[in-house]
Amino acid sequence: MADISLLEAITQALAYEMGVDPNIIVLGEDVAKNGGVFRATLGLLDKFGSERVRDTPLAESMIAGISIGMATQGLKPVAEFQFMGFIYPALDQIINHAARIRNRTRGRLTCPVVFRAPYGCGIRAPEHHSESTEAMFAHTPGLRVVIPSSPARAYGLLLASIRDPDPVIFLEPSRLYRWSKQDVPDDGKALPLDVCFTLRVGTDVTLVAWGAMMKETLAAADALAKEGISAEVIDVATIKPLDIDTILASVEKTGRCVIIHEAPRTCGVGADISAQIAERGLMFLKAPVQRVTGFDTIVPYARLEKFYLPSEQQIIEAVNNVMEFA
Amino acid sequence: MEVIARFEVPYYQYLNEESAVVAPLPEFAKDPEQLLHLYRLMVLVRTFDAKAIALQRTGKLGTYPSTRGQEAVFVGMGNALAKTDIYVPYYRDIGTLLQRGVKLSEYLLYWGGDERGNVFSADKDDFPFSVPVGSQPLHAAGIATAFKIRHQKRAVLTVTGDGGSSEGDFYEALNVAGSWQLPVVFVVSNNQWAISVPRSAQTAAQTIAQKAIAAGFSGEQVDGNDVIAVRDRVAAALQKAREKNEPTLLELVCYRHHDHTTADDATRYEPQEIREIEWKKEPVARLRRYLENNKLWTEEQDKKCHEACAAEVEEAVTEYLNTPPQPLESIFDYLYARLPDIYAEQRETLLKKEVPAHG
Ligand SMILES: Cc1ncc(C[n+]2csc(CCOP(=O)(O)OP(=O)(O)O)c2C)c(N)n1
Ligand SMILES: [Mg+2]
Repeated sequence: MADISLLEAITQALAYEMGVDPNIIVLGEDVAKNGGVFRATLGLLDKFGSERVRDTPLAESMIAGISIGMATQGLKPVAEFQFMGFIYPALDQIINHAARIRNRTRGRLTCPVVFRAPYGCGIRAPEHHSESTEAMFAHTPGLRVVIPSSPARAYGLLLASIRDPDPVIFLEPSRLYRWSKQDVPDDGKALPLDVCFTLRVGTDVTLVAWGAMMKETLAAADALAKEGISAEVIDVATIKPLDIDTILASVEKTGRCVIIHEAPRTCGVGADISAQIAERGLMFLKAPVQRVTGFDTIVPYARLEKFYLPSEQQIIEAVNNVMEFA
Repeated sequence: MEVIARFEVPYYQYLNEESAVVAPLPEFAKDPEQLLHLYRLMVLVRTFDAKAIALQRTGKLGTYPSTRGQEAVFVGMGNALAKTDIYVPYYRDIGTLLQRGVKLSEYLLYWGGDERGNVFSADKDDFPFSVPVGSQPLHAAGIATAFKIRHQKRAVLTVTGDGGSSEGDFYEALNVAGSWQLPVVFVVSNNQWAISVPRSAQTAAQTIAQKAIAAGFSGEQVDGNDVIAVRDRVAAALQKAREKNEPTLLELVCYRHHDHTTADDATRYEPQEIREIEWKKEPVARLRRYLENNKLWTEEQDKKCHEACAAEVEEAVTEYLNTPPQPLESIFDYLYARLPDIYAEQRETLLKKEVPAHG
């Protein structure tokens, strides 16, 4: 098997599941002939035809709304938004309907839709192409928010998201789309949702991250190992519902925790993780929990964009800080 | 059964594909100076556009949306605007913006990834670029509401693409403009594509212009490759807006003679034959032929004109390339009228940050 990128793993998962489940419909802007602006749906039109792989008119609220209607009829729409910043016109449909239709009808109607979008900054794109507002969706009752950070997890988590009976916001870190490749067997095996993945076992400090920041976080863990600091690295993967137990178990062991996210600091998902550690794990802590995050600013345009993203150096400094406590 | 309503959608063209005059020319087009002015602007825009693409290809500019083939649309619109009107752009509007005083170097700055490209130093009222497709017509309707409330004889002009005309916000803007009778002109630059999706996939309607009818005002289709028609119809609609508070929708039919942006590859979805057929209608050659046929322009003059435009563009490129990036604190300093104190610490962290090695 040739190694594949995160992007190709998305395509592989879509093709696999469309092959076994005829109810899956892929829809969005430019997803058919063009294969999506990043090519995540490349080849699906040829394999599955224009009934199941549909270019829509340019309207995001429409994409979300019709997906909801289709889903209530037993179809399983996988809708692509071109970038996370262009989900916003569809928020009414997603928050007011997709997230609530099960609850509103006491389970009579359900909404098994996957809303996919590339997200995050660092690709030197124009304004609105750099958003990481996962906290907004994590704050919405009734939604799942899933973020892969490797080709294998992209494949396994997308399969699980499509098979899940509830709406999933599936956010793909565009900075990692073509970053690294690995062998991902096309065996249709899903990974579990709602659990964190421990990517590296350590004893001194727990690093918690997700999405594209896994790149800097893993690099920081490598660098720290050379200084004799053993970092445990957790990829949250499912942002909501959050697997706090895995994080707490790790913090119980290490006594220290640094949370890393590229989203703005205020009310980011890191704030919730930190609060839960304070509520349930305060007695484990040898040092205050630290966050390394994006600023509470709009992501700057390309020329200054690199100054927005948290750096490996900032993660190392935060770890050095927490290590100074006894 | 009785018919309770009937509607029509007019089509406007003065110069046809062969540059023959097919309708009595509007007054301004009888003045050679005005036509020469429009021609020079279109050549400047085309020259600039080619240069911007070249800059992107050599890593000196970010993703850039070409305006090739749409010169008449934007030059015509800009020329029809009065100084006191307000323009609400989308993202291919160099031909309009340069007539609003936006410098070519500012336009490059924007696509080079610098917020100062939105400052529009010469004009304090026009809106900045709008990337979220179809969102800006509502702003135009809001500006027009302000004009109306204040009894100002001013009009608003806004533009979106054929794809943008599918967004809910677009319809909502038309609807309120009709309902409140607002002094606004909506232009749809119908270049036949929304990235890879053809116009035929956006709507089953025969024209985009007819969408105005459902909103209670008139829509016109205009040959967007005929700068005379564009200039004339936009000017007429703006005047109607200023004088009678009546909105108009103008569908300017043109063609996108380039990839959607430099990040796109149109060969994946666009039949080459169509582009070739459409190129025969392109706006710059059309006006040039007309000028030459009427002995208003010579090959020699044309050569000089191209040289002058190239020099002007070079100067803008030099200015752009020599513009240092903004200071880091600019990331914080325009968020609020006064930055709340709690962000001081984050701002300090930013200023201490070393240049990271992110790709
Ligand atoms: C709300 C929103 N959705 C999607 C996009 C991505 N996008 C940018 S331009 C474009 C196509 C626009 O086509 P059209 O409106 O016809 O204008 P054109 O670019 O052809 O001039 C798309 C889908 C966006 N910028 N905003
Ligand atoms: Mg278009």
